[in-house]
Amino acid sequence: MKYIITIIQPSRLEPLQDALAGLGIDGMTVSEVQGYGRQKGKTEIYRGTEYSVNFLPKIKVECAVDSKLAESVIETIRETCSSGRIGDGKIFTMDLSDAMRIRTGETGLSAL
Amino acid sequence: MKKSLILTLAGASLIAPVQAFAAPDAETAFIFNSLSFLVHGFIVMLMAAGFCMLEVGLVRSKNATVQSTKNIGLYSIAGLMYWLVGYNLMYMDVSGYIGSLAIWAPDDSAVITDAGYVGDSAGYSASSDWFFQMVFVAAAASIVSGAVAERVKLTTFLVFSAILTGIIYPIQGSWTWGGGWLSEMGFSDFAGSTIVHSVGGWAALTGAIIIGARKGKFGDDGSIRPMPGSNLPLATIGTFVLWFGWFGFNGGSQLAMGSAADVAAIANIFVNTNIAAAAGVVVAIIATALLYGKIDLTMALNGALGGLVAITAEPLAPTPLLAAFIGGVGSLLVVFSVPMLDRLKIDDVVGAIPVHLVSGIWGTIAVCFSTDASLIVQLIGIVSIGAFVVITSSLVWYALKALMGLRPSEDEELSGLDASECGLESYPDFIRQA
Repeated sequence: MKYIITIIQPSRLEPLQDALAGLGIDGMTVSEVQGYGRQKGKTEIYRGTEYSVNFLPKIKVECAVDSKLAESVIETIRETCSSGRIGDGKIFTMDLSDAMRIRTGETGLSAL
Repeated sequence: MKKSLILTLAGASLIAPVQAFAAPDAETAFIFNSLSFLVHGFIVMLMAAGFCMLEVGLVRSKNATVQSTKNIGLYSIAGLMYWLVGYNLMYMDVSGYIGSLAIWAPDDSAVITDAGYVGDSAGYSASSDWFFQMVFVAAAASIVSGAVAERVKLTTFLVFSAILTGIIYPIQGSWTWGGGWLSEMGFSDFAGSTIVHSVGGWAALTGAIIIGARKGKFGDDGSIRPMPGSNLPLATIGTFVLWFGWFGFNGGSQLAMGSAADVAAIANIFVNTNIAAAAGVVVAIIATALLYGKIDLTMALNGALGGLVAITAEPLAPTPLLAAFIGGVGSLLVVFSVPMLDRLKIDDVVGAIPVHLVSGIWGTIAVCFSTDASLIVQLIGIVSIGAFVVITSSLVWYALKALMGLRPSEDEELSGLDASECGLESYPDFIRQA
């Protein structure tokens, strides 16, 4: 199994949800995060003083998937969330040693 | 009902051609005068809510509970202190410099007897006057709370408010509205640009300096770190509520509503008050757009209030055009004073000092444009009241520093005063920023 962590622009969350549902991925964890990479931040001005806002709002999507599905999931994420501009985000893939469904105690792929 | 009244008056005018209009009798005038104080007074009371919204909106969420507590606390303390000490210190047997030490109590027995109303047409209920004056002193106290927000101890601040409202404000008020030496010189301040707003502004200035800035606000290298407010829509609504309250503030200061002339005056006051505020907003919008490339909402809010403070010294006499000018200049002074205070390393969280002190001074001077007030006398009033408040408020701040401490610890300030002083978060369901 693989654990895929994706940082995306907030506006891409809904399209991503729909696209992953189409692949049979019907569960994910989403959190509101802040971050920056090459996009850097922006300059704002408050009551006459300029200041840099280095952290931009992003959405982090996490899901556990069958290793066989991992490549198509990554490709789907990339297609859905790419706008060609700096700030689109990143996809991280980690090996997942196990997973368990709390309600039933099932482990492995049947827990996903 | 109205038609028959008109017919009756028309009929009366045919019979008694000497007087075309029936002036209200003394009791009717008493009723309207008192009503003016009461209605305008409770409209001003809502400014306490306006200040609260404005200040809470401009502080960070980790201090919202304390800021709210300060506001409801100071309004209540002002109301009690003004009854126990303040009103009579300001109005009773003023000897030129000070009134009398006595607890105030309602008493209309001189004009309302078993025979009915026996006073004249300038009379009003004693309690209605107390009520109207009380909400004014509460306004002065709340000016201070915004400037020194986010780093003053709650209890210390409330004690300061008690002294400001019970002693400092009433004494300088006795010099003017109480009939003392400044009013005898001809000092003119219709609704309190100096007497209320500058007084609050001076106390805010000394507080901001003596308490010091928020940790991290000013760097040793001269850098300034903005600490944006947590809820700008709330601050905007607060400004609207203050604007609304100002109609009571300026309108009620006509001190009478018992004649057509008085009501017409109040109407003109409402018009000038609104125009001055509106001009203040527009000037601030244009100025910040030109200066910073972006319109700053918080400056537009300050601009409205700066315009309102400026017109407060004379909201009746100016033409609408002059009112717009006075309000606009007040706002412009605010727009430039805000960054200037930052450069002087004076940390005023909400812009209370530019709005109430700087614009208050301007408004007091601007009285000379529409009345025959003497500029020299206006300046004497500004300087003498300024000196008095600076000295007394500084003494109180230093005394409180020694007795109670002015600031929470650095850790408490960083984690937010809500946690350390109230143990109560304002937004426990939301994720907090540092």
